[in-house]
Amino acid sequence: MSVETKVGVYLCSGCEIGEAVNIDELGKIASEESKVPVCKNNSWLCSEAGVEEIKNDIKNENLNRVVIGACSHRFLADVFNFDSDVLVERVNLRENVVWTHKPNDEDTQMLASDYLRMGIAKARNSETPKPQPIDANETILVVGGGVSGLTSAIAATKAGNSVVLTEKEDKLGGWLNKFHKVNLGNSPFTEIESTGIEELISEVESNEKIKVYTSCLIEKISGAPGDFTVMLKINNEVQSEPFKVGAIVQATGWKEYDPNNLGELGYGKFDNVITGIQLEEFFKSGKSNSAINGKPVESFTFIQCAGSRNEKHLPYCSSVCCSVSLKQAMYVREKYPDALIYIIYKDMRTPAQRELFYKKVQEEDNIFFTKGEVTSISGDGNGRVILDVDDTLLGEKIQLTSDVVVLATGMVPTTLVGDIESNGEDSEPAEKATLDDGKKEAESAEAGAKILNLTYRQGTDLPTLMYGFPDSHYICFPYETRRTGIYAAGCVRSPMDITATKNDSYGASFKAVQLLHAIKNGVAVHPRARDASEIDIFIQRCTQCKRCTEECPFGSLDEDDKGTPLPNPTRCRRCGICLGSCPERIITFKDYSIQSVSTMIKAVEVPDEFEEKPRILAIMCENDAYPSLDLVGRYRMQFDPSIRVIPVRCLGSVNVVWIADALSRGFDGILMIGCKHGDDYQCHFIKGSELAEKRMENVQDKLKQLVLEPERVQIHTLAIDEYAKLPGIFNDFVEEIIEMGYNPYKGM
Amino acid sequence: MTENSISSDLLVVGGGIAGITAAVEAAETGLTVTLVEKNSFIGGKVAQFNQYFPKLCPPSCGLEINIRRLRTNPAIKLLTLAEVTKVEKQNGKEKAEVKLNPRYVNELCTSCGECVKVCPEERPNDFNYGMDKTKAIYIPDENSYPARYVIDMNSCKGTSCNKCVEVCQYNAIDLDDKEKSITIEAGAIIWATGWEPYDASKLEILGFGEFPDVVTNVMMERLAAPNGPTKGEILRPSTKEKINSVAFVQCAGSRDEDHLEYCSSICCLSSLKQAKYIREQYPDAEIHFHYIDIRSNGILEEFYNSVKEDDKLHFHRGKVAKVIKDSSSDKLVVEAEDSLTGNLMQNKVEMVVLATGMESTAKKLPIDKSLVDEMGFLKSNNDELIGCGVSTKPKEVAAVVQEATGSVLKAINTIRGN
Repeated sequence: MSVETKVGVYLCSGCEIGEAVNIDELGKIASEESKVPVCKNNSWLCSEAGVEEIKNDIKNENLNRVVIGACSHRFLADVFNFDSDVLVERVNLRENVVWTHKPNDEDTQMLASDYLRMGIAKARNSETPKPQPIDANETILVVGGGVSGLTSAIAATKAGNSVVLTEKEDKLGGWLNKFHKVNLGNSPFTEIESTGIEELISEVESNEKIKVYTSCLIEKISGAPGDFTVMLKINNEVQSEPFKVGAIVQATGWKEYDPNNLGELGYGKFDNVITGIQLEEFFKSGKSNSAINGKPVESFTFIQCAGSRNEKHLPYCSSVCCSVSLKQAMYVREKYPDALIYIIYKDMRTPAQRELFYKKVQEEDNIFFTKGEVTSISGDGNGRVILDVDDTLLGEKIQLTSDVVVLATGMVPTTLVGDIESNGEDSEPAEKATLDDGKKEAESAEAGAKILNLTYRQGTDLPTLMYGFPDSHYICFPYETRRTGIYAAGCVRSPMDITATKNDSYGASFKAVQLLHAIKNGVAVHPRARDASEIDIFIQRCTQCKRCTEECPFGSLDEDDKGTPLPNPTRCRRCGICLGSCPERIITFKDYSIQSVSTMIKAVEVPDEFEEKPRILAIMCENDAYPSLDLVGRYRMQFDPSIRVIPVRCLGSVNVVWIADALSRGFDGILMIGCKHGDDYQCHFIKGSELAEKRMENVQDKLKQLVLEPERVQIHTLAIDEYAKLPGIFNDFVEEIIEMGYNPYKGM
Repeated sequence: MTENSISSDLLVVGGGIAGITAAVEAAETGLTVTLVEKNSFIGGKVAQFNQYFPKLCPPSCGLEINIRRLRTNPAIKLLTLAEVTKVEKQNGKEKAEVKLNPRYVNELCTSCGECVKVCPEERPNDFNYGMDKTKAIYIPDENSYPARYVIDMNSCKGTSCNKCVEVCQYNAIDLDDKEKSITIEAGAIIWATGWEPYDASKLEILGFGEFPDVVTNVMMERLAAPNGPTKGEILRPSTKEKINSVAFVQCAGSRDEDHLEYCSSICCLSSLKQAKYIREQYPDAEIHFHYIDIRSNGILEEFYNSVKEDDKLHFHRGKVAKVIKDSSSDKLVVEAEDSLTGNLMQNKVEMVVLATGMESTAKKLPIDKSLVDEMGFLKSNNDELIGCGVSTKPKEVAAVVQEATGSVLKAINTIRGN
């Protein structure tokens, strides 16, 4: 430690603390046992006078560590907040001790004493991290020149940033170039209006802050947020001049689900069967269409969910097709006033105010809605097609003869690799490979969509979820993709309409702007926003095992040829998963390290087995499990006093050495409690709790080698609202351990 | 600036998931933010939900992170029990007048809970839609932020009782607390005022208010929540007994000219999710699902598929005509047409859940009425106003967060004077 630590301990006796534990005895632990220079009690520590006293001591006694023994750190963070040089450690005497345990009991007092020892140990072995501001390039690269990319580009310039916009086609506009008109779902809801794409394109082209490249692919992106180096390939030629950008918005949109797969609906067999996009082109440009031109057009049939909501094709719904077909029905109505129009659908999906447009179309003459499925399609020999439909409303089979059949085909994200069916399986091995071996991982990186062509050790593109959409915390934190500084926007993220796409584009560009702000201030982005700590690797002791580079969920570490990790601080989210992965224990944060947690474990006074007081270490995720434990306190649920809890940044940041330390200290059992993993993961660092589970298998093998019961170390998943389960988990585990017998290594 | 006025770069009106998101995202980008919320706590409607679809994860998980971001960021000033009463533009700045309703509990509160133990008065618990009671001094739920008590003066006996004042060791209770008003000056305003559940008592034919076993979808969230009135055990309201049969009535007052003409986008998925809540607790209960169209848009289709596999869940396409009391038992009869079979059906069930829609509160805001659309939502496609979340359109949480995040960029643009 660079500066000598000087710790002040402040114990609050309010909120029942003083009535349940002996504060003077606690004070002796601090001043006599731990030899802390300043230790004071207060019956109301959070009062103005209480806080003032701490401030004075910091000034007069030159304290640089303050240990507050009071309520949980989740309360009054603003009150117990001092100079940035002063590290504050909160010892949770209220929720974790007195509200959950028997007052004035020997075991409760021992619990409070241990937590105080642990807090002092942690304070002495941590430092306040100082932000490391880094110069960030403020240009944002927007990949994709459709409505999402164009909107993202304009949005970024509104925050003052410059933009480089790339489009793979030879002109901007994307799908909207092909579209005749749109219904945006805005007031008055029933309007069909111009797409506005020309205006949007010219707004981009005339914006001095936006540099546009068309017929352009990304050859390579290297570097990290704030300092990406981009190499383009324009007209198939790799450009010689790379350039820098700070952040990336991926707005590469969607591909149409290939209608050639829809032979069962007559596509490719009958000229009269066309896609909705072909119909748009026909109306937009009058582009000749053999299905429609030169024939009398008396009837149109729209087939909804053509290949969508279908396990054989696209299992999901593309969200917009119902509204699109309704709009197209109105085009047809206008051009062919006498034509009969049939819309065959499974469920009509016109959410929000779009319902009013649906209603308007329903009121039109000669537009018929049939809830049903097309079972077969055949020619009538006179250039028309016959559709057999199971009408589920009438409960009968009906037959329609139609001049034109329009298939409402769905959207496939451009990030999808291979076909949709195998994708779920494809992405699975890729994920597993991250855990198992680096070679497979590299192979799956090869198989990436190769849009961004990142030179990241973990692959070229954003990792994807099921169906090929980029992985993100898509409910609460939809911009948390697994590559810091790269934000997906629009239909590449999930099927959405134009209004939602524009909203999303603003969101993605904003996150890019925000990230650059964070880099310039030397702090992390979500979920540890404003965290100034940075990883430090003692590289001389690295054995090139590559675990850290493989396991980081954010691909933040690259490797040199030998496999030595090359950290990229601006990609890092400070979860500590690398710290947990490292067998050499050489990865450290200033305020969170192998040592800071080990000393907490070693600070616990473990009674010898003749005292018949087991000791259990509970390592809990600070994001969900630990707040849950606070609730146990607030509801005054009681649990066994043998438990000693240590909150961690993520269960994935738990290093196996802590378990070894706990066992050699004499702990009888260890519980690890973290978030749910799997497809519906709740881990804020995506892979942390899953990795912890995986590592647990190794831990249990080690226990067997030591002739210890593998059940001495257990892992539980717990959602934040499952607080009521916690006392049971604790108590049952203590019982199980007692039955198993004490740790034979105790006292050795 | 005097005590009666605050100045910040940004004012965010509404502290639900949209407003919290906008506030923390803005503050993490260097803006100073004032966040005003009319309730005594932030979190809005999502704080009252049990789980989100499709992950079936608790909203308090994301709220915990967001509240951590908020409480540790000095750039955010939070005002609860605060209502914007007037807004005007002056010299290119927005000036909002804000009424601060008294909480009667000040910031010295440690949330120790001694006051609750001595309070003799009770009030209906609005957090649980009146399904249980709290003391007159209460905290909406143990997760509430700010973690401070509040007094409902409609139930409190004031200084004539004074028990809470006497027991509080921290001088935190002030029964003479008064309404105040302050002015907030800001470079831009983001409106994130959200929604209220459509008033189910207007749906007379569906029996709400008449039969206690007819509940709304938002009530069902509370019944299933571990911190709800039944600690998460879904019980039949009239008997407090276990449930054998439930009917979901979709579009209850939605897609309906006499009520809400639009679709609220989320009710299908929310009811499918609630069917899962019931199934989890009652593997044998029969569930009848009355719908017009199942709207599980996008990849949420997968969630619908996972629910459909349940053979005790019976889907009936058609609107419910009425809910009446069964003449020979204590059950309810749901009368509906099944348009897929053409039959008029009568299902006897023990409990009915009405999937009521979301009604925007935008109409009540002190803004130019031309900025509110025909359906009562904020028009967000203009330069006059920045709205986000359900205040602009019914939508699910993910879309709310996307719009709220993007709205900050629009606000930055306004603040920069473009």
